[in-house]
Amino acid sequence: MPAWKKIREFVAEAAVKASGLASIFIVALIFYFLLREGIGLFQAYRLPDFLAGKNWYPISDPPEFGILPLIFGTLLVTLGAAAISVPLGVAAAIYIAEVAPSRLKEFLKSGVELLAAIPSVVLGFIGMVTVVPWIKTAFGVPTGLTALAGSVILAFMAMPTIVSIAEDAIHSVPKNYKEGAYALGATKWQTIYRVVIPAASSGIVAAVMLGIGRVVGETMAVMMVTGNSASMWRGILFPVRTLTATVAAEMGETVQGSEHYFALFAIGVALFLMTFVINMTADMVLHRKRK
Amino acid sequence: MKKRTMLVLAAVCLVAWVPSPVLAGDPRSIQIKGSDTMVNLVQAWVEGFMKENPDSFISVTGGGSGTGFAALISRTCDIAASSRDITAKEVEFAAKKGVRPKEFRVALDGLAVVVHPSNPVSRLTLDELAGIFTGRTTNWKEVGGRDSGIVVLSREVNSGTHVYFKEHVLRKQDPKSREEFSPEALLLSSSQAIADEVIQNPSAIGYFGMGYIGKNHAALSIAKDAASEAVGPTIDNVVSGRYPISRPLFMFTDAEPRREVRSFLDFALSAEGQAIVSQVDFVPVKK
Repeated sequence: MPAWKKIREFVAEAAVKASGLASIFIVALIFYFLLREGIGLFQAYRLPDFLAGKNWYPISDPPEFGILPLIFGTLLVTLGAAAISVPLGVAAAIYIAEVAPSRLKEFLKSGVELLAAIPSVVLGFIGMVTVVPWIKTAFGVPTGLTALAGSVILAFMAMPTIVSIAEDAIHSVPKNYKEGAYALGATKWQTIYRVVIPAASSGIVAAVMLGIGRVVGETMAVMMVTGNSASMWRGILFPVRTLTATVAAEMGETVQGSEHYFALFAIGVALFLMTFVINMTADMVLHRKRK
Repeated sequence: MKKRTMLVLAAVCLVAWVPSPVLAGDPRSIQIKGSDTMVNLVQAWVEGFMKENPDSFISVTGGGSGTGFAALISRTCDIAASSRDITAKEVEFAAKKGVRPKEFRVALDGLAVVVHPSNPVSRLTLDELAGIFTGRTTNWKEVGGRDSGIVVLSREVNSGTHVYFKEHVLRKQDPKSREEFSPEALLLSSSQAIADEVIQNPSAIGYFGMGYIGKNHAALSIAKDAASEAVGPTIDNVVSGRYPISRPLFMFTDAEPRREVRSFLDFALSAEGQAIVSQVDFVPVKK
């Protein structure tokens, strides 16, 4: 091989390697920065008070940075969204992968991808003018700005992730599994729920986890429809304040280096850890399947 | 050799990533940031000012008084518009960063407390207001209204209006008071969001600068205590000081402002500037 070819080869290899490492490097930097800024809070504020405190009054004197109501808010909205999007999303995935005729299949797949392309602020806006007034009249609650409104909007955002990954998993179930089931005289439905779904289960679980991971981190739409009141557990028909909305709403006001500023970074660390655990679980489930 | 190429690549990336120097500000451009309450007022001033000085370039952003101070301290704006006084903590932070905030009182504002027009309640005392916003009073019938829950609307914590309302209504200017907004209060991100929600919701109560009162809002008359007369948020009542929840509006600059900023402030305080104040439903500081 002539020398210039060798060099070209080498440069290409190094460039690809550098891009591959860059993403890891950037994640590490982000986490380092979050942690460095977040830890500043605990020089003056106790960790148990932060994690288990029931009041979020960041600008009072002395301030209270209890994120328990915010964690409740995030969990409530997330669980609600999961309860709506998981059955719908998995059923849609089964339909697209196993039942739909091929032309409809293509149409549905691109439709779901289109849903993923809607910006979250647009969904939030639509939620504000449709879902929020509807919840208010349908349930007779004093205000429609509730956790449920957030759950409904977020369910729409989690659906594309769940549908496309679950569909992939179902699609990649080996054909001979199904043929075996048919050979034993199973009907189409029996084949789907006795053979295909169990075989694709780890992929479906991963799809659900990734969908939930997206929901936990979503900010704009949630801030617009959940009312943002940092109250403790009152149920899904009451306003809540999520971790993400708190950071977004308050970041503009804080002075760099103040306790409030550090507290928002500490929330960032908590969020990072939550989504990290969810994504790790999804990844482990996926890998278990491959073995 | 492999390692060296990697290093070269990394160096190239780093050089490419060095942020371009912050664009040197045109001396004629002015950045104004801060109070949402004052956005309309400041914009009206800017329009008037630019008619006379078509060369100047002024940008106005809201976000809340706290946002304005944060920007002034980190030197990303020339003027911080604020609907509350600067806090001791902010002065301290400013000193750390070498910024010396200078205060200009530019207008007065009455804080309107608004409800849905169908709500039979038309007057409240300051104590009743504090009860509602701290969450002790949760039903309209306790203050003479219908039997329905109260939906409390407040601004986000970055709002000067939020801070002013807490200190003057909830805590009655008592520095030792520990009163807080009820955790169940909805925190909305702008005065407009509160105005919109009050129009839709017969059991809501909210507050904002009187410039935001629309024809579908019912502004409550407020009494200092049960014995005194309740007065509505009108310009006359704010000027005379009879309306209990009124406040000065400020602009803050870093130390002595430069010539362009100074001439804008002079314009705001001129007879013409103060006439604009009345036009957008605030109250002039000078008559």
